[in-house]
Amino acid sequence: MTEVTMDAREYDALFEDLGLRLYLDAQIDIPPDVREGLRGALARETNLVARGIFHTILKAIDVSDRTHTLVCQDTGIPIFWITIGRGVVVDGARMLAALRRGVERATVETPIRSSIVSPIERENRQTSSGEGIPVFHVEFSQEIDHIDILMMPKGSGSESMSFLKMLLPADGINGIKKFVLDTCVGAAGRPCPPTIIGVGIGGSSDVCVTLAKKATLRPVGERHPDPKIAALEVELLEAINSTGIGPMGLGGDTTALDLHVETAWTHITLNPVAVNMQCWRGERRRARVYAGGRVEVGY
Amino acid sequence: MERVLRTPLDEDAVRALRVGDAVMLDGVVWGIRDATLMRIFDQGQPPPADLRGGALLHVAPNVRRSSAVPSGYVPTTVGTTTSMRMDRFTEGLLRDYGVRAIIGKGGLSDASSAALARYGGVYLAIVGGAASVETEQVEAIEHVYWEDLMPECLWQFRVRAFGPLTVAMDAAGASMYRDVAARARQRLADVYAKLGLSDES
Repeated sequence: MTEVTMDAREYDALFEDLGLRLYLDAQIDIPPDVREGLRGALARETNLVARGIFHTILKAIDVSDRTHTLVCQDTGIPIFWITIGRGVVVDGARMLAALRRGVERATVETPIRSSIVSPIERENRQTSSGEGIPVFHVEFSQEIDHIDILMMPKGSGSESMSFLKMLLPADGINGIKKFVLDTCVGAAGRPCPPTIIGVGIGGSSDVCVTLAKKATLRPVGERHPDPKIAALEVELLEAINSTGIGPMGLGGDTTALDLHVETAWTHITLNPVAVNMQCWRGERRRARVYAGGRVEVGY
Repeated sequence: MERVLRTPLDEDAVRALRVGDAVMLDGVVWGIRDATLMRIFDQGQPPPADLRGGALLHVAPNVRRSSAVPSGYVPTTVGTTTSMRMDRFTEGLLRDYGVRAIIGKGGLSDASSAALARYGGVYLAIVGGAASVETEQVEAIEHVYWEDLMPECLWQFRVRAFGPLTVAMDAAGASMYRDVAARARQRLADVYAKLGLSDES
């Protein structure tokens, strides 16, 4: 196995640049699968008010393509999901520090709003960063031979609609289904629907919540590889859309563009379920960093 | 087709609007949010501009300074924030300051719905998250009052064809949010039955 060393000084500039570009581009350029999901929803929509909303949404995406400005004013919480592949040797602390500097530069130099404050004093450093922010999730994988960096700016309208319930084993899968449906009906128009709904099942409480958020990052239209979980996704998605909450909660056929489930094993006495929602923009941006500093940018 | 309304809005025109109508605004839209409203109502300072017949926007402004314009500011990304946070100020705005329309996302409470009916006002729903469209419809920031509250000042925006906006709560007391929620609860019961989910467990 070739060892890929990425701890040289030149990688500081590479990761800093990526932090800046991924954070900005995610807010300007909506992923192709989300665009397709929105266009498909418009084609199916029978409610006139909802059709008007879809037209405005698609127009907002076009305007940002043309003007290279943010689609939404909410710059969100910057969150990075990093996967380090086999054979990659990287100075992780330096990489995270460089990504953080990139986010700070994107905020100050563009400029865009810093949406991050300290939790009690509500101090804003005007850099989109602070203690614990940006959020970094780091994991390792044998499946890839590069570093995968997936960036999501998480807006507050949808992030406010985050829920965890430690159900009982006796509540079973039906308890999970009811929690997901009740949560989505209760959220109504607040998370800026049509949303991408993430559901976490199992794990410890922290893992469950993280799985739910991670689930919102899977491309719209992509099913879970396990056919049973894929069937659960379809069942819940159709059920939510049948409630007629619709775009912006003003009624319509599409309340969620998609619903993704991610799972982990759990304790014999637990049956945890978490729901996280992403607004209609489904913002995300990805970079793959290969040996020698080659970078591929995508979604 | 959307109806174009010019500001200031008069009571009869506002009372004639019904939920589901689509409107566009020409003229002035006043940007307000939490701190602006807290100064008016919690600290008892009357607004420094005449809001009679006014259309207010629950605004999330991103602006930059510019010496090229009289107000000193140009919009970079002007979006809309969640209205419910500012729900408790609705009645006072209508009653004390003659506001006729509130533009926002997510809707207002039933208490605000009753106030809209009593004083003759409407809630106009914008498309949340579509700030790039909104920004292009703001022709200028004409004046910035209470600059010390930046960015939660009182913003005077000159707008053209601002919208489309949906009349989501009207002066007859109707609310699309209330109707959609009631229907969703009803349909949820059907879903429960279809999926074999009992109400008890």
